[in-house]
Amino acid sequence: MYGTGLAKGLLLTLRHFVDSYVDDIRYGFRKYHHSTDNFAIRQGTKTKGVITVQYPDEKVAVPERFRFVPFLIVEDEDHPTRSGKDWCTSCGICAKVCPPQCIWIVRGNDPNTGRPVPEPEAFFIDIDICMNCGFCAEYCPFDAIKMDHDYELASYDRTTHHIHDKERLSKPNSYWRSIAPTRAYEEMLVRGTWEHIDVAKEARRGAARSRPAAPPPAPQAEDAATAVASEVASPAEASAAPAPTAEGATPWTEDDAKREERRRKALERKARRAAKRGQ
Amino acid sequence: MDQPGLAPEKQLDATTVEEAIAYLRNEYADAVTLDDREGYGGVIIESKRLVEVARAIRDGLGFDYLSSATAVDYLGAGDHLEMVYHAYRTSGGGALVFKAQTDRERAEIPSLVSVWRGADFQEREAWDLMGIRFMGHPNLKRILMWEGFHGHPLRKDWREAYYEEDQKPFDNRWPGGQVYRVEERNVFGKNVTYPPDIDLGRLMDNSETAVYQSLGLGVDVERIMDKDGFETNELVVNMGPHHPSTHGVFRMVLTVDGETVTSLEPVMGYLHRNHEKIGERNTYLHNIPFTDRLDYISSMGNNHGYVLAVEQLMSLGRKYNPPTYRCEALRVMMVELSRIVNHLWAIGFWLNDIGAFFTPVLYFVQERERILDFFEAVAGSRMMCNYMRFGGLFGDLPERLKSVSNLTNDRVRDYNTMQFLTEMINERIPRTIDELERLLTQNEILIERSVGVGVLTREDAINYSAAGPLLRGSGVAYDIRRADPYSIYPELDFDVAVEDEGDMYARYRVRVSELRESVRILKQILPRLEATAGESIWADGKPGAYAPRVPHGEAYGRVENGKGELGYYVVSAGGRGGSANPWRYHVRAPSFINLTPMGIMSRGYKVADIVGILGSIDIVLGETDR
Ligand code: SF4
Ligand code: SF4
Repeated sequence: MYGTGLAKGLLLTLRHFVDSYVDDIRYGFRKYHHSTDNFAIRQGTKTKGVITVQYPDEKVAVPERFRFVPFLIVEDEDHPTRSGKDWCTSCGICAKVCPPQCIWIVRGNDPNTGRPVPEPEAFFIDIDICMNCGFCAEYCPFDAIKMDHDYELASYDRTTHHIHDKERLSKPNSYWRSIAPTRAYEEMLVRGTWEHIDVAKEARRGAARSRPAAPPPAPQAEDAATAVASEVASPAEASAAPAPTAEGATPWTEDDAKREERRRKALERKARRAAKRGQ
Repeated sequence: MDQPGLAPEKQLDATTVEEAIAYLRNEYADAVTLDDREGYGGVIIESKRLVEVARAIRDGLGFDYLSSATAVDYLGAGDHLEMVYHAYRTSGGGALVFKAQTDRERAEIPSLVSVWRGADFQEREAWDLMGIRFMGHPNLKRILMWEGFHGHPLRKDWREAYYEEDQKPFDNRWPGGQVYRVEERNVFGKNVTYPPDIDLGRLMDNSETAVYQSLGLGVDVERIMDKDGFETNELVVNMGPHHPSTHGVFRMVLTVDGETVTSLEPVMGYLHRNHEKIGERNTYLHNIPFTDRLDYISSMGNNHGYVLAVEQLMSLGRKYNPPTYRCEALRVMMVELSRIVNHLWAIGFWLNDIGAFFTPVLYFVQERERILDFFEAVAGSRMMCNYMRFGGLFGDLPERLKSVSNLTNDRVRDYNTMQFLTEMINERIPRTIDELERLLTQNEILIERSVGVGVLTREDAINYSAAGPLLRGSGVAYDIRRADPYSIYPELDFDVAVEDEGDMYARYRVRVSELRESVRILKQILPRLEATAGESIWADGKPGAYAPRVPHGEAYGRVENGKGELGYYVVSAGGRGGSANPWRYHVRAPSFINLTPMGIMSRGYKVADIVGILGSIDIVLGETDR
């Protein structure tokens, strides 16, 4: 009969309408309560009713692998030996692998020896250009750059806020471990330690010289994992960055004033270079 | 003919590709030579006799479907321009690749529009971007750039406004990263050259006449527009570029006689960013996230076509491991899920176009959300998935689809991945498809709006290189997953959806059947995933290199994407060690080529049907304009 198709369709929309209430009643309005289980029910595969979210009163938390503008990992403040130290060794792989080429890195130089040090002097990401592809995080051999979860980056003026410098980019290691616990754990297995890979290497070197060295905080599957770790740590590119200088003279043990001085000098050098280029 | 091993005349169209090539070399000995460059295949046809030989290829050998026609600039490697054609048989099988070469300075090649109408837009694109004149082309105008644009951007010696270096990675990023903002390098600064005789005033001319005249509509715009002798028999109506129903910034110029459309000319390029030039500056790896931005509704499929093309090239080298079985299974699963997303989206928005405003599309989008949630948890992003890598994937499935609260008011979800997938594939998606059918298939209004409207005949569909549901809705059972299979499709059990009528309703029905077939495939993938759980997605257990070098040669990777055949023609011009950046990177975009028959599909229908017809083709402007 003409019109049955139409009527069936209308019934269906009516059912959708009713479902949105039936579902609420079935779950006793628990769906809207702020606890994990309830939200999972509401957005789950079984729900028939309304699944929308009232942003910004409610936000869908993003999954661990979610990728948004990257950040750099620095050691936590309360780390016994490396507090505030960058994980980045300034190897440059992320700048090379970045498709829109929005990463700029100034490799640091030791003011005394003039040799490059494994630490970036300056690090910039133009987040207007970043396409959030995640390659930098994926290919960084030192687990030093990671994709963030904080997508609320709106600002009033893009010309002053959208080139993130090192200060803006840096976030503590504990932050990474809190937003992506599973992945941080997987990375630890590959490195063989919760510490930076250099620390592990240092410890191994120490052990080889049969000096008593504190073992790294017990990770599981250590033997196999360290084997992998050594592989990861030595791609062709990484070897371009020199190994840390002898113990005790590591650049990150110097005091803040010295460090600040070094940074100032580097920026001056950079400005001079830029001026020269501009001529 | 009397050559041993050649099939007798009447079975010419059943020969293998090799036999076909042998036949051509025998029959046209003075015009056809083998392309024996390392890593290349097919034949080079002398351009004077191109049309004649092409006709033999189509009629004699039965390669009736011209999939792709594109140009390559061999600057510094022979200094010629080359047109590359990939022709297939709609009965299935591999490609007959043929090429024609021409001088860079006076670039002229005969047009093949008289043989395959599907060459129309593709030749215009080659003229626009490479500067090859196609003799005999009926309307050789620029198609992506505007008339009056200076130069042909895909030529190797053409430089864009923000030019930095020929190839990435750029030197100044590391170790002395001099940060700057792109706008500081002003477009109108020293980077731009104007031709000496340019008339900037003409570019500013936006009078009615100027706007329509360059389109080659075959209408005397002056006469229609003339105030004194105003004639109303025929009017020019402009739809777009900012029109809610053109699915993006896309323009159609119609001439109408009353309510009836007499001709239609698609005008595109508003979203053009020279994806291919960017791709040639990029390294091979850099291109993967860029492919996401083509057809942004189904980025998984875009990734797949591209990695297939590059893997083909890599397999020419020594150090190449094909992807593992688990990797292939995951790829197929992702691609089929994006096909579902694509078709739900296409049907939904087509309904918007014909008047069922947003109720159906919102029901479908609800299902799409679930799939995107899954993509987000696995690949890291909902739409720009960037999931596939050469020889592998970004990562295996996580054990749990778990989110972690980070911002204020965050609400957390946590599902077991396999359970989520199983429920989605076995219950939710089939339920949505049932619902979709109940809502629409028998709906009288829908039937009256769409049956018999926008008809594309079988012959035209093939000749115009239509692809995907547009082709199969016209009675051609051509699906690359069956006709020229890749990945693990040969071992999967599914049917090629096909309808004979060639109208909007037939395309709708093809999409619905494909939804069901995709679910059928996904149901076969689930046990395969369970059986391979724990296996690596990388053949040698560790992720691929960040700067792979790709051996010398050419490759054409094609996949059946939601919108039709998506092909990538990639040329690597590396020396011994291979190259880090593609020499040529071309995208055969279904959304672009499917617009070629838009004109003939619209002729004779009412203005109100035009949006519906466009919607039934299913285009995405990110891919059309590239
Ligand atoms: S790849 Fe990692 S270690 Fe190397 S420069 Fe980038 S962030 Fe630093
Ligand atoms: S996410 Fe991608 S685009 Fe953004 S900085 Fe990293 S590599 Fe570059």
